[in-house]
Amino acid sequence: MILQKKPESRLMQGNEACAEGAIAAGANFYAGYPITPSTEIAEIAARRLPETGGRFIQMEDEIGGMAAVIGAAIGGAKAFTATSGPGFSLKQENIGYAIMAEIPCVIVNVQRLGPSTGVATAPAQGDVMQARWGTHGDHPVIAFSPSSVRETFDLTVKAFNLSEKLRQPVIILLDEIVGHMRENIIVPAPESLEIVNRERPADGVDYKPYADDREVSPLASFGDGHFFNITGLFHDEQGFPTTDPIRVKNQLLRLHQKVENHRDEIIITEEFGTEDAVLTVVCYGCSARSARQAVKLAREEGLPVGFFRTATIWPFPYEKIAALTRSARTLLVPEMNMGQLIAEVERAVKGRAEVAGANRFDGELITPQEILVRIKELI
Amino acid sequence: MGLTYRDYLREELFPQMWCAGCSHGISLTAVARAMAALKLDPAETVVVTGIGCWGKADDYFKTHSFHGTHGRALSFATGIKVANPRLKVLVLMGDGDGVTIGGNHFIHTARRNIDVTAVITNNFNYGMTGGQYSSSSPEGTISTTSLYGTAEPGFDICELARAAGATYVARTTPYHVTQMDKLLAEAIQHKGFSVVEIISSCPTFFARYNYKVTAVEMMRLFKERAVDRERYDALTAAEKAGCFLTGRLHREEKEDFHTKYARLQQQAKARAEREVV
Ligand code: SF4
Repeated sequence: MILQKKPESRLMQGNEACAEGAIAAGANFYAGYPITPSTEIAEIAARRLPETGGRFIQMEDEIGGMAAVIGAAIGGAKAFTATSGPGFSLKQENIGYAIMAEIPCVIVNVQRLGPSTGVATAPAQGDVMQARWGTHGDHPVIAFSPSSVRETFDLTVKAFNLSEKLRQPVIILLDEIVGHMRENIIVPAPESLEIVNRERPADGVDYKPYADDREVSPLASFGDGHFFNITGLFHDEQGFPTTDPIRVKNQLLRLHQKVENHRDEIIITEEFGTEDAVLTVVCYGCSARSARQAVKLAREEGLPVGFFRTATIWPFPYEKIAALTRSARTLLVPEMNMGQLIAEVERAVKGRAEVAGANRFDGELITPQEILVRIKELI
Repeated sequence: MGLTYRDYLREELFPQMWCAGCSHGISLTAVARAMAALKLDPAETVVVTGIGCWGKADDYFKTHSFHGTHGRALSFATGIKVANPRLKVLVLMGDGDGVTIGGNHFIHTARRNIDVTAVITNNFNYGMTGGQYSSSSPEGTISTTSLYGTAEPGFDICELARAAGATYVARTTPYHVTQMDKLLAEAIQHKGFSVVEIISSCPTFFARYNYKVTAVEMMRLFKERAVDRERYDALTAAEKAGCFLTGRLHREEKEDFHTKYARLQQQAKARAEREVV
């Protein structure tokens, strides 16, 4: 009998799973600036990337870090950066640039308690809306918020894959809890992972990096032999600036459309007990861990409570949440902020259910008991 | 390859967008001539710009071109160069982009000795937004945000570059086109961070408000006030203030970032392999 080698099990931190997931996805460039509580990601990238032929550079600030990531991506690299609230604020202008110029890259924000410097070592989920609207103008956003170490690994791989496929920066909203928590995880074998690489134009074709008739055009790297311009201005099919109102409008529509068209692929959710629930807890990120336990306890007591977790924050799963109201009269949204995603839940249900929050914003993890108390108040 | 400077330019977009009498057109063709003189392969050359009048220069090049955000051109360029060291990277910035909003990136790119060439046209103000003062405006500068003159001294871009670690530093003016061609070619060829400052006329704003002269008179001023190191050193402090020190001001051979990093990469790889064994 041939003994199967057991898949490797490792005790890992969320931040480590993020860095390892990035490398597994083919990341070969990191630029950033150290900031608590994301620093482990930079440290691991600094050690692991040169070993695997990749490159790491610690920039003078977060703005330069984001710019270098974009530069490296158009130089042909799979590039990423990691930061936390204050640094995420600094990166916003260039995140908008990457969205506009359609540069694939991954930005990790390990959320800490804000506003401003806040409590640097305390967890929070206060950057949910910043991830959506942090950079100016109308723009599409993809953002994940994992709840476990293994999911952090998987979603980091997925983030790279989607960014390559859609030429769209992807944000991973970790938080201090998931980032610093250690769990035993089975690291998937590299050959078991699906890895997506950006489509490149064939040699000698009349290359258009922003073709009108394509949802996403192939992306050549500088040095590949194709000439084009990259800019944060609205641009024509070759990438050169334009102010033509028709082009401007169509480009903005296409940017949004390419993400909208792939909602089903982007949106990942999990639920149980929702079909006959009177109250469903809608949750994400670290607070989903407490919510899961609270729902379990409630159900053990015989209460008709459902659990719905979204790992994808943006685009928001409006339809799936609307469907919860077929059974639930009340949706409870626990968050480690003063109530951010709850407004999207309200938008989704359009008054068909009562929507209530369970919020904690003092730098301590919301507990299952606190959520359970809210469940009992509301049911 | 037999390319002339015109092969590096998208002449179909001419006339350029700059004001009549602006010296940016002279600088643009000088950069193209340096490319031709060095026979740069357009497919291996990247022009990176930021935002500002000179920041529009990328539109005119037939090389790869990248028009970034304000002040960050050197950081984008760092990413491009570090990810693909084979590429020749030229970064075209004004004084606003290069040493004001982008000052931090400028000193750190110099310190790292990233192998890119910065071509900084210094017109001593923000032309594109209507003539406000910048960090290179000399003290007392009249601008739309300093009607009574500025109360702050301006940076000497070349001194700043050298102090921060740039390994090639030169200054020229739009009148000295032959010198400009030569210095640009030298800088592009130089391995390491090279800086060429081109003192520029902004006849629309800075020249009009401060020198109170026309574009043509600005050229005469460049001719008269540009001095080489030898003559400059003999001047009094007051005389120096009215002059432009031009020519190659600094050159040293020093390993660039990529050469050093490649060595570290080798060591890291070897260590990882040993650990596996
Ligand atoms: S504003 Fe000044 S620098 Fe800008 S194009 Fe006009 S003359 Fe040139």
